Amino acid sequence: MLLSVRDLRTRFELDEGELWPVNGVSFSVGTGETLGLVGESGSGKSMVALSILDLVPAPGRIVSGEVDLGGEDLLSMSGAAKRRVRGGEIGIVFQDPSASLNPVYRIGDQIADVARLHRGLGRVEARREAVHLLGDLGIQQPEKRARAYPFELSGGMRQRAQIAIAIAGRPRLLIADEPTTALDATVQAEICDLLKHVQGEFGMSILLISHDLALVADVADRIMVMYAGRIVEVGHWTAITQEPRHPYTKGLIGAIPHLGAGSGSPLEAIAGTVPDLTDLPDGCPFHPRCPEAGEDCRSAVPRLQDVGDRLCACYRVKHTEAVT
Amino acid sequence: MLAYIVRRLLLSVPLILGIVTATFFIAHLAPGDPVDLYLQPHRQVDPEVIERVRHDRGLDRPLPVQYANWLTSSARGDFGESFLLHRPVREVLAETVPYTLLLILAALLVDALLGISLGVVSAVKRGTRLDRTVTLGSLVLYAMPGFWLALMLVLVFSVRLGWFPTSQATSLDYASLSGPGKLLDRLWHMVLPVTVLGVAGAAATARYMRGRLLDVLGEEYITAARARGFRGWTIVRRHAMKNAMIPIITIYGMSLPLMLGATTIVETIFAWPGMGRLTVDAVLGRDYPVILATTTVAAVLTVLGSLLADLGYAAVDPRVSYDGPGN
Repeated sequence: MLLSVRDLRTRFELDEGELWPVNGVSFSVGTGETLGLVGESGSGKSMVALSILDLVPAPGRIVSGEVDLGGEDLLSMSGAAKRRVRGGEIGIVFQDPSASLNPVYRIGDQIADVARLHRGLGRVEARREAVHLLGDLGIQQPEKRARAYPFELSGGMRQRAQIAIAIAGRPRLLIADEPTTALDATVQAEICDLLKHVQGEFGMSILLISHDLALVADVADRIMVMYAGRIVEVGHWTAITQEPRHPYTKGLIGAIPHLGAGSGSPLEAIAGTVPDLTDLPDGCPFHPRCPEAGEDCRSAVPRLQDVGDRLCACYRVKHTEAVT
Repeated sequence: MLAYIVRRLLLSVPLILGIVTATFFIAHLAPGDPVDLYLQPHRQVDPEVIERVRHDRGLDRPLPVQYANWLTSSARGDFGESFLLHRPVREVLAETVPYTLLLILAALLVDALLGISLGVVSAVKRGTRLDRTVTLGSLVLYAMPGFWLALMLVLVFSVRLGWFPTSQATSLDYASLSGPGKLLDRLWHMVLPVTVLGVAGAAATARYMRGRLLDVLGEEYITAARARGFRGWTIVRRHAMKNAMIPIITIYGMSLPLMLGATTIVETIFAWPGMGRLTVDAVLGRDYPVILATTTVAAVLTVLGSLLADLGYAAVDPRVSYDGPGN
């Protein structure tokens, strides 16, 4: 395993009370694997990404857990060792490139800086590498674009530039946090293809975070479904999309619009809204919205268990032999 | 860029003209007559003498005529002769303006170096005792009237401790000093006036810088920089400073007129042979040619200051361009 996250808990202490956007999350990413992390806004997906890098913003704090990268726990490393991991071992692409690119520096310099920091390249080499990466990521006239400032590029080009920055340190894991959400639909598919391309070229693992299950299913080998700070179902992408077993995953699949599904059929939606993380219900956090909820669901939080072909956290899902 | 500069300078001509015109009429409408002031000590003066003095200075002509005369001659660079000093105003300006510019530039340097570094430290060490000390210190300094600070500095550092001279720009034996000695003598005389002028600005700059840097440090591109493995000070210096400096430059452009105003007080207190003191003396003595000339110089400096700030803005922020279409 390249990355193993074990029982990660991140707490925010706010005036309204404390909340746990990451509440006992465990998973691992294999070398060269693409793992998808799916959930609604506010389920804690992005906080998982920031917790892995130990960059949780105040007033948040990682309370417990391990982020094991090649046998070493990132959370207990020295500051310098953490900085070598950030950008060097784990690269991250954020949702909105216009917010995460520095507005007053040229794109090429922002890429070259990372290549110099993590790969010890000289000024000229790093510069050449920046142009090369931009070209490799499908940007026309990369020399010219490398000299451009972020505001001079289109949204799609900015996101490509951000990917170039994220891979400039040759990380072994690329975290992509909603990499297509801020982009046009046509550009979304291009960015997905690009992530696959990058993975093929550099053999890196990808943790793809999105609220869009259809997009994740397109790219990921395995899919994790997150709800209210917890992982509720993990499995091979076909298992999750073809045969979802957790009621929440079923709801998510049902809510994907299908082209030509008949204009008359209404789009299914999950009843209710994402719960307030400062005021979670007792028991399974999904039970107030769950069509299958029973009395037992109100008493204790169901644990993530091996149910045969996947892990699932639901009292209604019993162990079955994998049907393959 | 050049086209923009030329356009800005052309646009500033009517502005300066307006300022000078207003000054001309305000000065003349204010009660008091330069001739009375000039001749007062002699009491019994022949009315004929008074008339002659008045006529020689063109003060017997109607105000619009005086205005037109002044405008045409000053457009040629002739600001007339000072009533009080009996010397060409141009000569007087050539002597005093460099002293004032020296004071202002030194004060701006102190303002920038002290203000920006304190602001940065304060933001980076936010919430610590150091931050609170800088915050309190800058509030006190900013609220302190300049003249009072000047008098206190003189009292403590000149009168009590004798470390710095109370006034003037050079010592009495300046002419006999060696080259480096002359430089040191000048710097020694500059310490107190520059401190008074620069410290209040530095206090304001530190406050702006702190707030601005904290805003920038909360931006997503700073989180992104940390996620790329850059270390704390590199992030502040390389990723945050340039963004934080953008509004500070605008503030500097606006601080020039304030500084010019402050020099009148500081130069008067420290008997600094600059334009500020010259202006105060001219106002008190109804020395119209000098008042008008120093106002013109101040207006031109202010316009140039704001132009420089706008150009500096474009130099730091790539999103600001004066060459784009439409310009």
